[in-house]
Amino acid sequence: MLDIKAVEAEPTSEERGAIDALLGAPQSSWDGGPRGNPRDAHVATVGGRESRARRHLLLPALRALQSRVGWISQGGLGYICDRLNVPPADAWGVATFYALLATSPRPKRVVHVCDDIACKCKGADALTAALERSAPRTSNLEPRTSLWMRSPCLGMCDRAPAALVTIAGEHPREHLIGDVSPERVREILDGGAADDPAPVVPRQPVSDLRLLRRVGRVDPASLEAYRASGGFAALEKARTMGPEAVIAEVTASRLMGRGGAAFPTGRKWDAVRNEPSTPRYLVCNADESEPGTFKDRVLMDGDPFSIVEAMAIAAFATGCEKGFIYIRGEYPLAAARLQHAIEASRAANLTGGFEIEIRRGGGAYICGEETAIFESIEGRRGEPRNKPPFPVHAGLFGQPTVVNNVETLANVPHIVLDGSRAFAAVGSAQSTGTRLFCLSGNVAFPGVYEAPFGVTLGALIEMAGGVAPGRALRAVLLGGAAGTFVRPDELDLKLTHEDTRAAGTTLGSGVVMVVDDTVDLRALVLRIAAFFRDESCGQCVPCRVGTIRQEEALQRIANGNLATQLALLDDVGAAMKDASICGLGQTAYSAIESAIKRLHLYGSVSR
Amino acid sequence: MFGAGGGTSSYREVEETDVVLLWGSNARDAHPIWFHHLLKGIRNGSRLYVIDPRRTSSAEWADVWMGLNVGSDIALANTMAREIIHAGLAHEQFIANGTTGFEAYREAVESYTLEFGERATGVPGDAIREAALTYARADKAMVCWTLGITEHHNAVDNVLALINLALLTGHVGRWGSGCNPLRGQNNVQGGGDMGAIPNKLPGFQDIEEDHAARARIGALWGTTIQPRCGLNLTQMLHAMARRDLTALFVIGENPAQSDADAHHVEDALAGLDHLVVQEIFLTRTAEFAHVVLPAAATWCEGEGTVTNSERRVQRVRKATEPPAGAKDELWIISQLAKRLGHDWGTPTAEDVWNEFRVVAPHFAGGMSYARLEALGGIQWPCPDESHPGETFLHARLWQVPCGGRPAPFSVVHHDPPVESPDAEFPMLLTTGRRLESYNTGVQSGRYDSPLHSGEALDISPEDAARLGVESGETVSVVSRRGCVIVPARIDPSLRAGMVFMTLHFPDEVATNRLTIDVSDPKSGTAEFKACAVRVERATRHDLAAEGVVS
Repeated sequence: MLDIKAVEAEPTSEERGAIDALLGAPQSSWDGGPRGNPRDAHVATVGGRESRARRHLLLPALRALQSRVGWISQGGLGYICDRLNVPPADAWGVATFYALLATSPRPKRVVHVCDDIACKCKGADALTAALERSAPRTSNLEPRTSLWMRSPCLGMCDRAPAALVTIAGEHPREHLIGDVSPERVREILDGGAADDPAPVVPRQPVSDLRLLRRVGRVDPASLEAYRASGGFAALEKARTMGPEAVIAEVTASRLMGRGGAAFPTGRKWDAVRNEPSTPRYLVCNADESEPGTFKDRVLMDGDPFSIVEAMAIAAFATGCEKGFIYIRGEYPLAAARLQHAIEASRAANLTGGFEIEIRRGGGAYICGEETAIFESIEGRRGEPRNKPPFPVHAGLFGQPTVVNNVETLANVPHIVLDGSRAFAAVGSAQSTGTRLFCLSGNVAFPGVYEAPFGVTLGALIEMAGGVAPGRALRAVLLGGAAGTFVRPDELDLKLTHEDTRAAGTTLGSGVVMVVDDTVDLRALVLRIAAFFRDESCGQCVPCRVGTIRQEEALQRIANGNLATQLALLDDVGAAMKDASICGLGQTAYSAIESAIKRLHLYGSVSR
Repeated sequence: MFGAGGGTSSYREVEETDVVLLWGSNARDAHPIWFHHLLKGIRNGSRLYVIDPRRTSSAEWADVWMGLNVGSDIALANTMAREIIHAGLAHEQFIANGTTGFEAYREAVESYTLEFGERATGVPGDAIREAALTYARADKAMVCWTLGITEHHNAVDNVLALINLALLTGHVGRWGSGCNPLRGQNNVQGGGDMGAIPNKLPGFQDIEEDHAARARIGALWGTTIQPRCGLNLTQMLHAMARRDLTALFVIGENPAQSDADAHHVEDALAGLDHLVVQEIFLTRTAEFAHVVLPAAATWCEGEGTVTNSERRVQRVRKATEPPAGAKDELWIISQLAKRLGHDWGTPTAEDVWNEFRVVAPHFAGGMSYARLEALGGIQWPCPDESHPGETFLHARLWQVPCGGRPAPFSVVHHDPPVESPDAEFPMLLTTGRRLESYNTGVQSGRYDSPLHSGEALDISPEDAARLGVESGETVSVVSRRGCVIVPARIDPSLRAGMVFMTLHFPDEVATNRLTIDVSDPKSGTAEFKACAVRVERATRHDLAAEGVVS
């Protein structure tokens, strides 16, 4: 083991088994096996570089321990370190980075109850208060067999309040459940079963849908059903077109990234295709963690084969030899569906030699950042990299990398099949195609809605049934926690990149969270501040310190003392925006600033 | 080697080579700066073999660790050579052009079959073969070594065995291929460059064989230089014991604690008629001195140059004034000369350097202070001011016909350590260094730090279990020459039968009371790497004898 020796703790056989199931049995005493083989006394061909080359399996190994034992003991961690030749301090740094990994004893049965903004609009506070009364989160009195804990947004905002159930063991179970009541949580804590929720069927007529047309209507577990609905025709067509022509179509379609940054996809692809260095990687960013966002989950749960097909097309066009799909740790069903889709497609020899590997996150918002995701796949703390170099030049494992969001990729088969002209005919001149909007909060029918760019905010809210009768619309959060609030008098806003930019707001990841007059908006703003404080990776000072100062200032406002705190918020917000390494810090003040200046939540401010 | 006393390759080449044999070196701990260059090489894809009886922290970065028996280096090298020859991978064109003595060498290694090699070294034959063929087939490959090769009674033969491999495969005299002894201090190389070795004049001009140099330098210095080697340190100690040598001037060295069989060294120092020690600290050796000359620490309190492991001569600049009473070393030497009847005036470091450039023009003629400063150091040789310095040595061996004298193969044979474990002393003690300490601790041991862990006996889990010793428990280590009391530390990098200590804390644990005073006749280096010992749980009597308990 390098540098620092772990404590002398030994792994249990259960821990050893969980790791060996992932990594295979050790080959010698130098990579974690027992001593005593005479050959080991005189030669080692493992435990050095070869073991270190598998560093990228660190997070999967930590997850394996977590899901088998329920937490990561020092003995278990030490064994992983022996197997991968990672210094224990380094591995500890990784283990403690991810919220779903526990480094102190934790019962095998855990319910993670969302208390984030969308769920707050739908009674999460009452839910957690009831649980606090009847099922305290922690107890030092006796070993507990289960516990519940609070969680940031779980991406189940269409069925708020939501919870993630994790049951560790030889056959671990994980379920993301919605419409949770205190009774339901107690039942599960007491050993009751949890199951995946019933599939969602979009309320819109199928004729209005491109990306969602199969969701809820075509069996997501059936390759035959997928093919019968036109699946893999686009990949076939792409192969006859050739890579350059595919990239040309995607470029001409003016498809822009749907993860939040809206970068032209064709330019990314072209840049990677022209990089001489190999291998090149394709990373599908399915670490959808922006509070209020659940569109990628709906796509993956409901139409996983389309993501596999889209990735295969992207890889074919850009010359990527290998693909990763990084799915946030809170999406067990999406991971299972995609795993099945990948295997079925491979077995049917549909994806050629292109291999896709699923990597699951560990509960870290920041890993959705396009370079943090590389660090996480490589087995490190998900800390964003400085740019340049940009991912297209030096991304995953230092190689040229395409990183695209799930929804972005889901557009690709349509562009290939229908052509860029047909694709761009929908939407506005600068924002082409349709967009998935995540309607949540106080609307009658929360869910993912697909609409052409340019749909008005009011029309979208109408599609979702509007606020309940007798209630008044108070605000809409556009773009998520990193987005901005808009006022009820701004419902004519056209939802395109250019219109939202002109209005000083953003589409971000497509969040449209509706807040009515039942909600304590200031508490919501405080929750956003707490979210950023909790999710800051801590790497750069403006964000690490700024997110804490911001939350403190908002807490002080709650206790009076307004003017100086608002000035401080503005100062800290400017520092985070100007000086943070990545988008997290740069946007951490965005929603809060809009609550102050656009909603005048803290009174009239003439700043 | 081949007439030049330094490593052949540049640091940049370490970063760009394809295969590295790191032989008898835990560079990650003992040469951490150089190891950074190696890490870059590893990152760039070079394949690393670490050849060391212990699976060291360097070995943890390797593709392959070969844990040979202590002192079986020649057996391993010769076995690899035979495999290379039998696989048809000897570089015939290079051998014919740039070397001599191949036939005798080929015959000599013929008896080193894989079976013999495996028996002598302990390393499985398939691993030996794989390493040999990978080294031979590489486009660029280098062998790098340190004290694991040289602290043996057959140090020079060990080095020659490694050089033979380079000659056999043509891995010398080309970019990325070479033979590199890693230097243990920032200026070990510089000491040799300046002639501070018994058989060479400055610039590695041979004192016995190079008549022209002797005459030329003698004329410059106004004296006649005798064609006679001086004594190396081991020979001096023996001469002191015989009282053939009765006065000693020691500059920046701590033989009382750094040399093997410390009891004998102390006796020898105590028996001198006159001992002068020039030092920056009052060392154990200085305690024996009749006169101590407190010196400035030249690396920061004086001017001069140092030469690193890639033969790069670099300027040292004065950054701070020495403490009161400590004098510039050049001033001390000049004053000594004056009192001995030679008035050298008060030369500056640059004056001395410029004299060196005249004394060794082919070596350093082109290295003016101005150029050293402008170019950030220059790698020797650098004969004139238009010369950029050499990134690697011995390209001449590839010239057709060979430029200068061809490099000779040397016939060397396996010769195990003088002491091997027996019934009375059943374990083998090997010594070395740890990352956070330096040699006898004169420079590294004086700081009061809570992180200093002190000396320990590293012992395999198997031996610890057999002896019933827990980690941290005090044990006594006994050799034919002495005994020390030391806490045990269980170290899985050791196999059964082998224990490890350092000489970093001689005041607490005088490891060199255990080591054997046999040395290589050619280099004078003592066999620090192997002596037979017995390890026992310390009794109350042992502890009392050591003053640990009363």
